[in-house]
Amino acid sequence: MSNKVLAKGLAGALAASVALVPLMASAGELVIESWRNDDIDIWNDKIIPAFNKEHPDIKVSFKPTPPTEYNASVNAKLAGGTAGDLITCRPFDASLELYKQGNLAPLDDLKGMDNFSDVAKSAWQTDDGSVTFCLPMASVIHGFIYNKEAFEEVGVEVPKTREEFYAALDKIKEEGSYIPMAMGTADQWEAATMGFQNIGPNYWNGEAGRKALIDGSAKFTDAPYVDTFKELASWKNYLPDGYEAISYPDAQNLFSLGRAAVYPAGSWDISLFNNQADFEFGAFPPPPAAGADTCYISDHTDIALGLNAGSKNAAEAKLFLEWMTGSEFAELYSNALPGFFSLSNHKVAVTDPVASEFVSWRQKCESTIRNSYQILSRGTPNLENDLWNLSAQVINGTLTPTDAAGAAEAGLAKWYAPHQ
Amino acid sequence: MAHSGPMTDWRKAKLPVIAFLAPATVIYTLFMIYPLLDSIRLSFYATPSGGDTAFVGLDNYRTILADPDWSATFWNSFWNNMKFFAVHMLIQNPIGIALAGILSLPQLRFRNTYRTMMIMPTMLSVVIVGFIWQLILSPVWGVGADLLDIVGLKSLFGPWLGKEGSALITLSFISVWQWVGIPLMLIYAALLAIPDDLVDAAIVDGATHFEVFIHIKLPLVLPTVAMVSILTFVGNFNAFDLIYAVKGALAGPNFSTDIMGTLFYRTFFGYQLQLGNPHLGATVASLMFLIILAGVLFYLFAIQRRLARYQL
Repeated sequence: MSNKVLAKGLAGALAASVALVPLMASAGELVIESWRNDDIDIWNDKIIPAFNKEHPDIKVSFKPTPPTEYNASVNAKLAGGTAGDLITCRPFDASLELYKQGNLAPLDDLKGMDNFSDVAKSAWQTDDGSVTFCLPMASVIHGFIYNKEAFEEVGVEVPKTREEFYAALDKIKEEGSYIPMAMGTADQWEAATMGFQNIGPNYWNGEAGRKALIDGSAKFTDAPYVDTFKELASWKNYLPDGYEAISYPDAQNLFSLGRAAVYPAGSWDISLFNNQADFEFGAFPPPPAAGADTCYISDHTDIALGLNAGSKNAAEAKLFLEWMTGSEFAELYSNALPGFFSLSNHKVAVTDPVASEFVSWRQKCESTIRNSYQILSRGTPNLENDLWNLSAQVINGTLTPTDAAGAAEAGLAKWYAPHQ
Repeated sequence: MAHSGPMTDWRKAKLPVIAFLAPATVIYTLFMIYPLLDSIRLSFYATPSGGDTAFVGLDNYRTILADPDWSATFWNSFWNNMKFFAVHMLIQNPIGIALAGILSLPQLRFRNTYRTMMIMPTMLSVVIVGFIWQLILSPVWGVGADLLDIVGLKSLFGPWLGKEGSALITLSFISVWQWVGIPLMLIYAALLAIPDDLVDAAIVDGATHFEVFIHIKLPLVLPTVAMVSILTFVGNFNAFDLIYAVKGALAGPNFSTDIMGTLFYRTFFGYQLQLGNPHLGATVASLMFLIILAGVLFYLFAIQRRLARYQL
């Protein structure tokens, strides 16, 4: 008896879901595929209503998939012809592969594309830069977040140069009531991402150095890279005891509990600290050497939106993308998600004080992206994975800076022709 | 129903026998044998970038075992796996046997309480075990340093999970802590099956409980110990979850905790910017299968046949 009830229930549910499918994908409705399921409220309550003020007749729905399943699911949907009209793009190779398979439409002639700089577009272009296939949405910026109260208590100023930075750290260490720098190497990626890629651009002159690595005119064994590793090696003096076993959440907690003075940060950390830290905190860019006339920051391209080449609503989808190139979207997005910054050239008023400090560096400093992301992480051994391992080892003191640089270069030389 | 009964001959029983065996056979074939064979098939193919998938014979195996990049990683993970297994064999199983021996002592009180407490960790999720031990051993928040301080050994405390030399051993101990309940239960059950008169006779002859255990009980449960060993072997060479939960797929520092399970995961699914390669991944999986198969065959032919079994 209960089986029958169950069977009827199942059949009913099945019928209902079958009946719903045509409703959900009615013609003229734009579907956005994304891995940002954290952002669903922001899209539904802010971004889509703002778009509908201008285009009330275009229905848009935001359909996120969990981040870990996104790549596999979007590939399968594109292959099966059931993917949404707009596809959120991962940076570099994952999206490039989709374009090469003919799943993403070229967007070069999209109106408003010239609101984006070449660096912003570089993550979603063919290797020769001739075709752009996704509209850049947001980047994350690296720098250092500091505890303002700790700085006042110890009596140090916000450092402007590398020398001042380490003098400040030394002073905090000597004073003793704060851990100078909150980071660990247990998860490895912080050492590379918040360490190597954060302070490095000041040594290799941002884009110039990054491009030189790609065309083979610079090598990891050159002075800028060895010096970056050398500076990184000095960090171990300022990290908490047992940093080898301190994970990323440990480091975040050390800082947000007020036990550390400086935190090597990605701008995405801002919202967590806003929620958890009960002291005032600020931010400063990676300090360049004294006398350097330019500073460089890692302004890493992270997320973009592309057009499904098989979309039946391509015209409407293009209207949406065009709207996204405007200043209204840039402002909405940057303020809804402090720490994710619109990649457009519009002057955006960011209301969060720390986030607006981060984004102000774009005016003072030159932007670049992480040097391992474009082309160089295509082979085996994988450069990005190598840099995680090597940076962590340099900080742990199990590898010298020179050996680490040599190992990174040797890995690249194994498969990348310009380095052979 | 007329045919059922003790007198039914084989021909008449055929249909029910097939009917009862079929579900298990079909499900096992569909979900175990077919995927296994298909993943071995997958390892004989490759997809060059921009090209179509093609049969490449043993090329993938050559890459993993002979290409210096891959073979160094592979053998590193293999030896780490051997160390992981050795810790379980030398620590987990002897402790399991000893605890089972103590639990089966006739005059022990609170037997059930102890038994329940010892089996407890086995019932926890690996992710929770990994998280708890990371907290205990954390140099920032952990109680590990304070506990050592109580016995005056604080100077010995270190960030064990983060040091190249100690990370794998520490993880092995965590795994031992979690799984020691399994050998304990199996051997305890075997010990309970030993008739009391054997033990009583030995006690009457003047043997101590320790002598009874070594000379009478242990030889009788040796087949169970062998079975526990092979289960440990298979379990350890399939291990992945604890390492992944604590150290991630890059199994740092410097791949010192990389075992074959994590290597397989990185190769098959990719990691960060490293794109997954299903064919090389399937090759790693097939090699894991061959290693486990070799171990099990060694056990079947070299050990199991020589074990003396006693009719009790």
